Amino acid sequence: MILWIQQSKAAARDEFQEELVIRPLHSGDIYASFQFRTLWDTDFLQEGQKVSHYRLFPKSLGQVLSKFSVRELHISFTQGFWRTMQWGQPFIPSPPGAELWVWFHDTVSDVDGNWKELTNVLSGIFCASLNFIDLTNTVQPSASFKPLGLGNATDHRFLRYATLPREIVCTENLTPWKKLLPCGSKAGLAVLMKSEKLFHSSFHSQAVHIRPICQDEQCSSKAWELRQTLNVVFDLHTSGQGKKEWSLFKMFSRTLTEACPLASSSKVYVDITDNPELSPATPLLGQAVVLGDRRTYSVYDLSRAETFGQLRSFNLLLRWKGDSDMLRPLLHAERYVAGFGLQTGEIHTVIYNNHPYRAFPVLLMDSVPWYLQLYIHTLTVTSKSRDNKPSYIHYQPAKDRHRPHLLEMLIQLPPHSMTEVTVQFERALLKWTEYTPDPNHGFYVGSSVVSALVPSMVAMRTNFTQDQPLFSSFVPVKEESSYFVRVYTEPLLVNLPTPDFSMPYNVICLTCTVVAVGYGSFYNLLTRTFQVDEPSPPLSKRLANLIRRMRGVPLLT
Amino acid sequence: MAAPLTLLLIVAVTIRAVLFRSSWAELISERVEVVSPLNAWKRVVEGLALLDLGVSPYSGDVFHEVSLSLIHFLFKSILGSDGITAVALYLSIQTYNKNVFRKQKYALESDRYPADCLELLRSPKEMFYIPLKVAMFYLLNPFTILSCVAKSTCGLNNAIIALFILCTLKGSALLSGILLALATYQSIYPLTLFAPALLFFLQRLYIPVNLRRSSFWFFTLQYAFIYVGSLVVITGLSFFLLGSWDFIPSVYGFIFSVPDLTPNIGLFWYFFAEMFEHFRLFFICVFQINVFFYTIPLSIKLKEHPVFLIFMQIAIISIFKSYPTVGDVALYMAFLPAWSHLYRFLRNIFLVSCVLLACSALFPVLWHLWIYAGSANSNFYYAITLLFNFGQILLVSDYFYAYLRREHHLTHGLYLKKKDGTEATLVLK
Repeated sequence: MILWIQQSKAAARDEFQEELVIRPLHSGDIYASFQFRTLWDTDFLQEGQKVSHYRLFPKSLGQVLSKFSVRELHISFTQGFWRTMQWGQPFIPSPPGAELWVWFHDTVSDVDGNWKELTNVLSGIFCASLNFIDLTNTVQPSASFKPLGLGNATDHRFLRYATLPREIVCTENLTPWKKLLPCGSKAGLAVLMKSEKLFHSSFHSQAVHIRPICQDEQCSSKAWELRQTLNVVFDLHTSGQGKKEWSLFKMFSRTLTEACPLASSSKVYVDITDNPELSPATPLLGQAVVLGDRRTYSVYDLSRAETFGQLRSFNLLLRWKGDSDMLRPLLHAERYVAGFGLQTGEIHTVIYNNHPYRAFPVLLMDSVPWYLQLYIHTLTVTSKSRDNKPSYIHYQPAKDRHRPHLLEMLIQLPPHSMTEVTVQFERALLKWTEYTPDPNHGFYVGSSVVSALVPSMVAMRTNFTQDQPLFSSFVPVKEESSYFVRVYTEPLLVNLPTPDFSMPYNVICLTCTVVAVGYGSFYNLLTRTFQVDEPSPPLSKRLANLIRRMRGVPLLT
Repeated sequence: MAAPLTLLLIVAVTIRAVLFRSSWAELISERVEVVSPLNAWKRVVEGLALLDLGVSPYSGDVFHEVSLSLIHFLFKSILGSDGITAVALYLSIQTYNKNVFRKQKYALESDRYPADCLELLRSPKEMFYIPLKVAMFYLLNPFTILSCVAKSTCGLNNAIIALFILCTLKGSALLSGILLALATYQSIYPLTLFAPALLFFLQRLYIPVNLRRSSFWFFTLQYAFIYVGSLVVITGLSFFLLGSWDFIPSVYGFIFSVPDLTPNIGLFWYFFAEMFEHFRLFFICVFQINVFFYTIPLSIKLKEHPVFLIFMQIAIISIFKSYPTVGDVALYMAFLPAWSHLYRFLRNIFLVSCVLLACSALFPVLWHLWIYAGSANSNFYYAITLLFNFGQILLVSDYFYAYLRREHHLTHGLYLKKKDGTEATLVLK
């Protein structure tokens, strides 16, 4: 028994890292981003090898990966909308509601079947209603969601993307998410995640990203990487009582007491580029280039006992004042519905390029449900009030009740400009059973996704080092001069014309009545002939005639 | 008669051109009463745009027309299709009137009419202006003008049907079969016009309609062969044009299964919007059979009067088809001057015209209240739809009643007396 444990300890090289990044925002809010990274060292890509060792990697997710031949899985649950212009770019962007995109292995024969089962299983794991994901809201983007991990497969038949903008995130989703962590919510940074404070925020997003990665530069061994991220923005006024003074206790109503014993590294990074007051002080400083900006961080290493001080509790205090200039995000997008009435409308997507002199292309992906019939001949793209023709358009029209519209375009954004993409649509009348229980609330249209390689003012690091902070290594950096940004627009809420739901029986009766009137008139005219109307004899005469007929005597006239 | 017709055409073209250039054109082409998912011009343009993007126009659910290239080629003639229809109707009614007058002359000479129904007979003076009135009824009908300004392909369909009627009345079986195949290819319902055309040719060639006679079958098979053959050829051609059979479920499957519930002036949309899923297939079958099943009984009753049968069939198609528009209504209304001699036997004409006028005025009002003002709901628009269709049914059955009654009087005499000598009333028994 002991020998077996020792052997398994030698063989497994699973690793767990946790970090928390705290960034004071320009508007007085504070942004906290947790990242938990579990590396699962296993020969998963070998066929026929059943995996049975689960050390740090959660078993439920491991079984999901092997059963459905998943190569990459990205799922996020977000409450609130990320305000790019006020808060800058997030480390991990996510759209409001639930978003799930999965790359399957190319050995899968029935991708749709796997997708359906996968969504149902994930719905159980995360206690979310992901079972509402079906073929009517799943698309296969051809260019927007390239794999973030290993592998250079570009056959988008193995990619599925779905989003549920109506999904609400609450404690029931947080609890199973926390259970996936090796230490659970008992030790390490996860003790800070208390739902009563986390959900009392402007923005809350929890995500799970699974992908295969190389463990070293030469890529001699591969491993599964599981990143669990939780981004939360606490509002200055609702949580902060109007003072630009934050502490871990104020944000999370908890302080840190110890690092997770299973973690190989457990750090807290605080962004001090704008020179806030920070206590307790720390000698450790770090610099990282993230999202095209070189920022300075104070680093607190929780694996060192002196971080916790004499009280064995670590509470950070952060204070800043003054209005420093926020770096304007270079890429920003908005979306809204124009028009009036319940018959037609127009979707406007506005993309801003705030770079002073560089133009760059962006990939815009729009997935519109089938009941808003898009008219692609009305698509106009204008930049600086001139027509801007996209160089690549991939459009898959919707099929009623089968699949949604998918529009992907590569648009070149001129420097320092606003580009507007408009497309007209018509609203369909649905069958009365297809409306949600509250039909006048409206129907949600998922966020548009704008993906781009934005030119960076600062050189990015392309070499791969182990001690890079997690928040800067999420997206692989392929070249020095640009960084990858994904911006999600607002989801839309569109009203559809509704029939009267109390009327099915009445409608059937009335319409059948009109058809019957037609039938009746024609029947009369076709089967009857014109006859002279002889008045019918009075009753006495008729009775007398009846008796006479029985007697065989001639009738009265 | 060419000069008044030309003048009429010029006036009609002027009205359409004026409306076309104004800002009303875009408003009219969006109206659900005038365009339907089957014949909207916006969808044709969308189909062309999809083809430009390299996507098959039938892969989505937006385009439901056949033969894209044909439509594209005939685009210019959509605007002139009204003129073609009017001229075709003019010539057909002229031919028909000549036929009617000739038959009447022979019947008079052979003393087939009772003595007192001389006032029911038609005179050339009365019939002289009927073709012009028919053309006028079609060209200056507001429904037709709206349909033309919206560039709905219904105008094309009407033109093909009108040409088919012309060729039938002129006696050319080949052309009539080909045109009927073209009309059926565009929307399936003109299939029911096969029976009246067949009856007309049999009457013209003096072949008795007797199922036991071989001459009847011989001609029927000939005509059916021309019709089915041209249909197969046209369908095959469109397969080769687009390279796939996608258009069959997209067009014909769409017409029959009614998946799109956009409101229109017909009976289908709200019925199937409120239908219990369990009964949907059953009621689709019932409603579609309803369009086709009046053909045989009507053909039996009206076998001596194929042109009136054509009118009845076109009316039934316009009322009961799955996506009717006002352009379809305008086609059968154009025939009404041809039956102006039936006026004295019409029972409900005042009520019917009031209902139709009121409904036509209320359609845009209640649509606006439902969709834009939000103060009414779909029931209001549905009620007007019901009333409009009820009015149309009443109109058609009224004319049918009047026609049958006149025929009865022509055989039995106009002033009928009861057994005791007093004035009789006629009833249907």
